Amino acid sequence: MENLAALVAASINSGTPLLIAALGLLINERAGVLNLGAEGMMLVAAIAGFAVGYQTHSPLLGFAAGAVAGMLMSSLFAWLALVLATNQVATGLALSIFGAGLSAFIGQSFVGMSLTIKPTPIPYLSELPFVGVALFSHHWIVYFSLFLCAAIIWFLYRTRAGLVLRSIGESPESAHALGYPVRSIRFAALLFGGACCGVAGAYLSLVYTPMWVEGLVAGRGWIALALTTFATWRPARVLLGALLFGSVTILQFHFQAIGIAIPSQILSMLPYVATIVVLVLISRNPDWIRLNMPASLGKPFRPG
Amino acid sequence: MRKLPHVALPFRLELRAVPSRNMAYFSPVLALALTLFFGALLFLALGKNPLTGLQVFLLEPIRSWAAISELLLKTTPLVLCALGLSICYRANVWNIGAEGQLIAGGIAAGSVILMFDNGSPVLPGGMVLVLASLAGVLGGALWAGITALLRDRFNANEILVSLMLTYIAQLLLMYMVNGPLKDPHGMNFPQSRVFSPEFLLPPLFAGSRLHIGFAVMLIASAVMTVFVYRSFAGYRLTVGGLAPLAARYAGFSSRRALWTSLLISGGFAGIAGAFEVTGPIGQVLPSISPGYGFAAIIVAFVGRLNPIGTIFGGLILSLFYLGGEMAQSRLGLPSAITGLFQGMLLFLLLACDTLINYRLRWTSPAHAQS
Amino acid sequence: MLHCTAPNLETPLIRKAIVTPAKSDTPDMPFPPRLELSGICKSYPAVVANDNVSLTVARGEIHAVLGENGAGKSTLMKIIFGAVKPDAGTVRWNGADVHVANPQDARKLGIAMVFQHFSLFDTLTVAENIALGLAADVNMAELAEQIRQTGKNYGLELEPHRHVHTLSVGERQRVEIVRALLTKPQLLILDEPTSVLTPQAVQKLFVTLRQISAEGCSILYISHKLDEIRELCHSATVMRGGKVTGHCDPAQETAASLSRLMIGAEPEQEEETEPHAPGELRLQIKHLSLPRAHAFATPLDGITLDLCSGEIVGIAGVSGNGQQELLAALSGEDRRAKPAMITLKGKPVGHLGPNARRALGQSLVPEERLGRGAVPEMSLTDNMLLSHQRAPFVVNGMIQFKHAIQAAADIISRFRVKASGPAALAKSLSGGNLQKFIVGREIVRKPDVFVVAQPTWGVDVGAAAQIHHEIRLLKEAGCAVLVISEELDELFHLCDRLHVIAKGRLSPSISNQEATREQIGLWMSGLWDKDGNAAGVATGELASA
Repeated sequence: MENLAALVAASINSGTPLLIAALGLLINERAGVLNLGAEGMMLVAAIAGFAVGYQTHSPLLGFAAGAVAGMLMSSLFAWLALVLATNQVATGLALSIFGAGLSAFIGQSFVGMSLTIKPTPIPYLSELPFVGVALFSHHWIVYFSLFLCAAIIWFLYRTRAGLVLRSIGESPESAHALGYPVRSIRFAALLFGGACCGVAGAYLSLVYTPMWVEGLVAGRGWIALALTTFATWRPARVLLGALLFGSVTILQFHFQAIGIAIPSQILSMLPYVATIVVLVLISRNPDWIRLNMPASLGKPFRPG
Repeated sequence: MRKLPHVALPFRLELRAVPSRNMAYFSPVLALALTLFFGALLFLALGKNPLTGLQVFLLEPIRSWAAISELLLKTTPLVLCALGLSICYRANVWNIGAEGQLIAGGIAAGSVILMFDNGSPVLPGGMVLVLASLAGVLGGALWAGITALLRDRFNANEILVSLMLTYIAQLLLMYMVNGPLKDPHGMNFPQSRVFSPEFLLPPLFAGSRLHIGFAVMLIASAVMTVFVYRSFAGYRLTVGGLAPLAARYAGFSSRRALWTSLLISGGFAGIAGAFEVTGPIGQVLPSISPGYGFAAIIVAFVGRLNPIGTIFGGLILSLFYLGGEMAQSRLGLPSAITGLFQGMLLFLLLACDTLINYRLRWTSPAHAQS
Repeated sequence: MLHCTAPNLETPLIRKAIVTPAKSDTPDMPFPPRLELSGICKSYPAVVANDNVSLTVARGEIHAVLGENGAGKSTLMKIIFGAVKPDAGTVRWNGADVHVANPQDARKLGIAMVFQHFSLFDTLTVAENIALGLAADVNMAELAEQIRQTGKNYGLELEPHRHVHTLSVGERQRVEIVRALLTKPQLLILDEPTSVLTPQAVQKLFVTLRQISAEGCSILYISHKLDEIRELCHSATVMRGGKVTGHCDPAQETAASLSRLMIGAEPEQEEETEPHAPGELRLQIKHLSLPRAHAFATPLDGITLDLCSGEIVGIAGVSGNGQQELLAALSGEDRRAKPAMITLKGKPVGHLGPNARRALGQSLVPEERLGRGAVPEMSLTDNMLLSHQRAPFVVNGMIQFKHAIQAAADIISRFRVKASGPAALAKSLSGGNLQKFIVGREIVRKPDVFVVAQPTWGVDVGAAAQIHHEIRLLKEAGCAVLVISEELDELFHLCDRLHVIAKGRLSPSISNQEATREQIGLWMSGLWDKDGNAAGVATGELASA
C-alpha cells in the first residue's frame, strides 16, 4: 500500500510538467497557432530557472525566471510566425534547435550542481492514510497546475474572451472581418503558452530532478504537443492524459525495481512508444479530428 | 479581448506581385551574414574579442588541407541526410527523424560488419562494405517506413512520430552497445569491437580521413538534381507539396508521395549512418552522430531544398561544427556554441525568407495601418 | 417618379407603397443623406481599384452598386466598412465628415455588412456566432430570445443553438443578416446576396429588405444581376474599371442601357444554341449513391444521368447540394463508386482514378482555378503537365520541356490568354485569363466527354463569352458536354437540357425550351416528383434553400 501511494505520488509529480506545458500549448493551438518550439522553450526555461534558483536560493524566483524565459522564446516565435508570416512548422523547429543549443551553452557552467527543494504538504490532509502521501504531499506547483486546468476550462467555455479565442482558431479571416485584432490575440496566446512551458521546464530542473544535466527535458516538450492532440484540445482530457503519461514514465522505474528482466534502455522507451500509440489511436478517426481541431491550426494568417 | 490594442508597426509588408528569385538566392547569404553579426555580439558578451572569435570560428577550420578534408568529411553525412529531407519537405512531408534513421542505418551496418569481421574471412572486405552500406540504406528506410505506415494507415502526425522514433533509436543504440554488440574484450565499456582495417571505408586520398562516402554524396547530389527538376516523379512530389488538391485532380497519389519521399529520405540518412560507422568512427559507439540529422534540416532549408544548394548548406554547417570545436580548444568557450549558431542561422533564414514574397516598406506612424 | 415594371412576375412590386426616400439636393428635406462619398481614390501596386468615386445614399433608400467583376465594388465597400483606408476622398455620414478607421468604428456609426463570403464559425452555434458580432457585454440568454424574435419579424427564422456547420447556405446567410440587424444599423451593405439563393428565396429576401428599408435603414446592394436590381432598387451607381460611369434609377433603364454603363457596350447577342440530334451515349451515371466522405459533406443519392455526343447538358443548383461530391466522383478523385455506377463510352469507370478516365477521353475543368485547376506558384508550362502526362510531354519518365512550352504558347495564342508567356506564374494571371488557359488546356486534349464546373465564376464578361463560345464549338464537333453551374442564366444560354441537383439528389431532365425559372427554382428545393412535375406547393413560402 505504501508503495502504491508512493507510485501515485510519483506519477502525479511526473505528469505535472506535462500538464502545465500541454495546457499552455492548448491555448496556443485553440488560437490556431502551432508552436513546435515547446521542447526548446522548456530547455531554456529549465536552465534559466535552475540558474536563478541556484544563485538566489529562491525556487520562486527560479519559477519566475523560467516563465520569463519561456515568454521571451515564444515572443521570438511570435515575431516570425505572426508578423513575418513564416511557415509555423519550420519556425517552431528552429526554436527547438535554437533552444537546445542555447540551454546547453548556458548550462555548461552548471553541470552537476544540484538544489534541495522541499515539498509543501497540505496540513491535516497530508496525514491521511494513502491519499495523504499520494495526493496531498506535493510541491505547491502541483496544486497550481490543477487550478490552472480549472481556470482554463472556465476561460474557454464561460467567458467572452475564451469564445473570441476559439473563434480565431476556427477562422481568423472571419474574426478579422468582425474587427478582432487577430494577431494581437494570437501573440497573447503565444506568450501565455510560453510562460506555461517555462514554468514546466523550471519544474523539471527545480523540483523533479533538482539538478542540471543536458537533455533534462528528454522530449517532454514533444510529448506535451502530442498530448494536446490526444486530448482533442480539451483541458480536462489533457489532465487525464498527463496523468497517464506520468504513470507510464514512472512505470519503467517500477519494472526495474521489481526486477523484471527487460533491459533498462528498452524500458526507457516506454513514454515515447506510448506517445506514438496514443497519436495513432486518436488520429485514426478523421471525423473526430475535423470536428475538434481548430480549423486554422498551423496556417499562416495575413490580414488584408 | 477588444481592449487589446491594434499594434501599429513602423513598417509594412507588401506582397510582391511575383516572388523575387534574386531574394531566394540572396536570403541565405543575408541570413549567414546576420548570424555572424549576432555571433560577434555573443563573443563580445562572453568577454572575447569578436574578431578573434569569428576568426577562430570560421577561418581556423579551413586553414590547412588537413582542416579542409575534415570539413568535407563532415559535409558528407550532412548533405546525404539533407538530400533526402529536401525531397520530403518538397512533398510537404515533415520528416524530423533523420537523426533516428541515421542511427538505425548505423546499427544495421555495424551489425553486418561485426557479423563478418570475426577472424575468418568469408567475403572480401570490399564486398562486406557494400553489404553493410546496403544494410544501412535498408535500416534507415525501414525506420522511416514506420513513420510512413503510421501516417498512411492512421493519419498520425509524421513530425511527432518521427521524433519519438528518434528518441527510441537512440535508446536502441544504447541497448545494442550494452548488449548484443558489446565487445567481449572491451572491459565492459558500452561499445563494439573496433573494426579490422579491411572493413573500413577506403580513404580517397592518402593521409586524409576523407572516404569514398564523399564521392557517393557528390554523385547522389547530381542524381537528385535530375530527379527533382527533370523527372516526372519529381514533378509529382513538388505539385503534391505546393497544391495537394491540384495533385489529386491530376491523379497523383498522395500515398505514393508519402512513401516515396520517406523511404528515399530514410535510405539516405541510413547510408549516412553506415558511412559514419564504417568510416571515421570505425566501430559502434553509444553516440554515432553529434546531431547530424537535426543539422541536416537546417542544411536543407539553407540549400533552398535544391540538391546542389544543399552542398553549400552542408559546407556552412560543417564549418559551424568545426568552428565550435576550435572555439572550445582555442578560446575556452563551451562547445555547445555550435548548436547556438545553428539555431540562429535557421531563425534568421526564415526571417529573411519573408523578403522573397514581401517587400519591406517603412511607414511613418501617421500612415501605419492597424 | 417610380414606374411599375418587370411584368414577368406575378407578385406586384410593392416599392411604391413606401415613403419616398429623401434626396440630398432638396434643401427643405428634413434628412441629410445617410452616406455621401466624394472623390474616393484607392490604388494597389498593380491596379487602381477606385478612381474618384462619388456616391450618395439617402435615408431608407435601397441603392444598387452595379458592375462586373473587377470594377472596384468590393474595395469601395471595404472602405465604407473601415477594413481598408482610401488614399484620398471624404466620407460623410448623416451630413457630418467622418473617418472610418476600422470595422469597429463602422459598427459604432451604424454600418453593418453582410459579405459574399460569410464570416461565420462552423463549430460554434448560431447564438455564439451572432454574439461575436455584437458588443462584448451581451447576455447570451437574452440574445437567444432576440434572435428568435428578430427572425420572426423579418422572415429569417433561426434556431439559436444549432451549430453553424449543420446549416444550409441560405440559412447561413440568415445568420449573417440577423447578426447585422441586431446591431441596429442605419446602413446595411449586402455583397452579392442572391448568388446562394433559389429564385423563390430571392423573392423572400426582397420582402425582408423592403421591410428593413421602410423602417429607415438604408441598403447598399452590390450585384451584377440586372433584373434583380431593376426589381428591387430605388437608385443605382454603375462602376467600371474603378470609375463611376453613371448614376440612375434602374427601373427607368433597360437591361441594355444598364449593360452599356456597366461594360461599355451592349451585351453580346449570345448565339442561340442550335438544337442538335444527340448521338451516341458517352457518359452514363446510373443510381450513383455515396455516403458522405466526411462530417461536412453531402451524401449522394441515386443520381442518374445520360450524356450523349453533340449535346450540352447542364446541372443547376444552389451551392452545397452535392455538386462538389458529384464532381469528385466524375473526376475520379473519389473512387468509392461501384464500377458500373459511372460508365464512359460503355466502360465502367466508377472505381478508376483521374488518369484512367483521361485515357478514355474525358477532360474536366474543376470549380477552383487556383489550387486545384492550376498550381499557383508554378508556370503555365508546368501547369500543362497536370492533365498532359503522356507522350510527347513525358517520355520514359522524363519531362520534355520543349514540347510543354510550345503547347502552353499555343493555348495562350489560340485562346487569347493575357499572360506574359508560358513562363508566367499561374497566380499572376487574372481570374478570367487563368480560366481561359485551363479551359483551353482541357479542350486541346480533344476530349470525347467534357465536364466543366462553374465555367465563368468570377470571370469578366468578355472572357465569359469566349468560354461559352468554345463550349459551343466543342458541342458542334461532337463532344458530349456537361456543365455544372450556379448561374441559371448561363445554363439557359448554353444547355440543351437541364437537371437540378438538390440535397444530393438529381432531378429528371427537362429541355431548355420547357424550363422556366419558377420550375427550376422549385426543383432547387428538392420538390420534384418522378414525372418531373413540381411536387405541389404554390409559389411563396418554401423550405429553405
